[in-house]
Amino acid sequence: MKLHRVTALIFRHLYLYRRSLPRIMEIFYWPFLDLVIWGFITLYLARYQPQLPGFVTFFLGALILWDILFRAQQGITITFLEELWARNLMNLFASPLKPSEFLVATIAMSIMKVTAVSIVMAVCALVFYSYNVLMIGLWLGPFILNLVVTGWIIGVFTTSLIMRFGQEAEVLAWSMVFLFQPISCVFYPLEVLPAWLQGIAWVNPAAHIFEGMRAVLTTGQAPLGDLAWAVGLNGVLVIGVVGWFYRTMAYCKDQGLLVRVGE
Amino acid sequence: MSFMVNPVLKVSQLTKRFGDFTAVDGVSFEIRPGEILGLLGPNGAGKTTTIQMLLGLVTPTSGMIEVFGLDLSTHREEILQQVNFSSTYISMPQALTVEENLWVVARLYGLSDLAQRIDRVVRKLEMEEFRRKVTRKLSSGQMTRLALAKAILTEPRILFLDEPTASLDPDVANKIRGLLKDEQRSSGLSILYTSHNMREMEEMSDRIVFLQRGRLVAEGTAQAIVDRFGQTDLEEVFLKLARESTVSMSS
Repeated sequence: MKLHRVTALIFRHLYLYRRSLPRIMEIFYWPFLDLVIWGFITLYLARYQPQLPGFVTFFLGALILWDILFRAQQGITITFLEELWARNLMNLFASPLKPSEFLVATIAMSIMKVTAVSIVMAVCALVFYSYNVLMIGLWLGPFILNLVVTGWIIGVFTTSLIMRFGQEAEVLAWSMVFLFQPISCVFYPLEVLPAWLQGIAWVNPAAHIFEGMRAVLTTGQAPLGDLAWAVGLNGVLVIGVVGWFYRTMAYCKDQGLLVRVGE
Repeated sequence: MSFMVNPVLKVSQLTKRFGDFTAVDGVSFEIRPGEILGLLGPNGAGKTTTIQMLLGLVTPTSGMIEVFGLDLSTHREEILQQVNFSSTYISMPQALTVEENLWVVARLYGLSDLAQRIDRVVRKLEMEEFRRKVTRKLSSGQMTRLALAKAILTEPRILFLDEPTASLDPDVANKIRGLLKDEQRSSGLSILYTSHNMREMEEMSDRIVFLQRGRLVAEGTAQAIVDRFGQTDLEEVFLKLARESTVSMSS
């Protein structure tokens, strides 16, 4: 792993964002809009607070955490798409750049985007709705870390699919993560899902994080079990998805797809 | 006096099949240090697939690629550090300026003295007036110069050039050819060159490898190939082989 190759890719994307207002807007616009809409819905539903205890606290918290996962995934996939749109993949993969260095650079971009989005959403929630995301307490750190890793897993998986099936699959960059939303139990507890779907949700690390978040906010109990499940599942899935990425890249090189992926 | 020199690039029985279609069929050739080898052939002859395999972008079905005596399949990183390419058909990121694109390439290859190197290449390719321009605003000729600048910036030992002068006016194309010849003489650069301009191929190439339907059908100096096919010039040879390909494909 050579740091100069990773930083070269990071600089390439920072140059891109430096003079592209639409790209910067893309990072902040949707999370901000989400927060505004769901914030008002939350305020409205808060009138029924006695019937729905803790509703406001975990609804906005869940929204912020979900956006962190979403942006982590986008940080990976959109970085790849930028190369595809610029028809730059051939320049990159005909250089000494290794696939692992490419992945690390996309992860670095993802961290920058997630950091920016988290700060903006947390500040807006505080200013507009007097909601302090830090009330989740010390658990917030491990929750965010695990959600970001889950976002990366979905991001690398989606990137592999786009590499394999070409530009026509690019819609997956925005839609894939929503396939995971119903089984992530972002806004409702796992127990409301039908039994068969609960089994599927159980192997989704994000579901354990959101369950854990609700446990902290409603009962104040330490969600060690949920966190352990999330860490374990993320570990297994990271190994699986990196293996999948390498396999897909080898397949694309064999079929000549890597040089045609932007066509 | 004659003596053997180790080739910088040696291709042995290189084959690439995509399902039932054979794009490159048992091709063998080599490039010696400081040599310009022309890769010639009609569309679909397998030139681009060959170059893509040499750059590690496409995995060969069989055969061997050795660069600087190293196997490309096991020494990809070391080899590609000393190789670069330019193609009329590949663009650089459009939203970056010319200079930013060169900075990224320089960092990617871990070059030292970045600013001086970039200045030198910009001067060499007469790019001063558009070095701060966003790439999408360049003319096609300026874009080609940027692609070449990217290729020579890293001071490669082997350069793969796929129709490098295709979109240039005759004056700039002539300057580029002169520059490449200078690079070849001054730094011992070896070049694999493709073009559909036969005059250019004759002028540039020390030797030519002629591909037809994925197979190597002729190899030698331009004059030797012309003589072998009993034609008057390289263009006649090209037309003869290209038409044979077309007839064979349609039958």
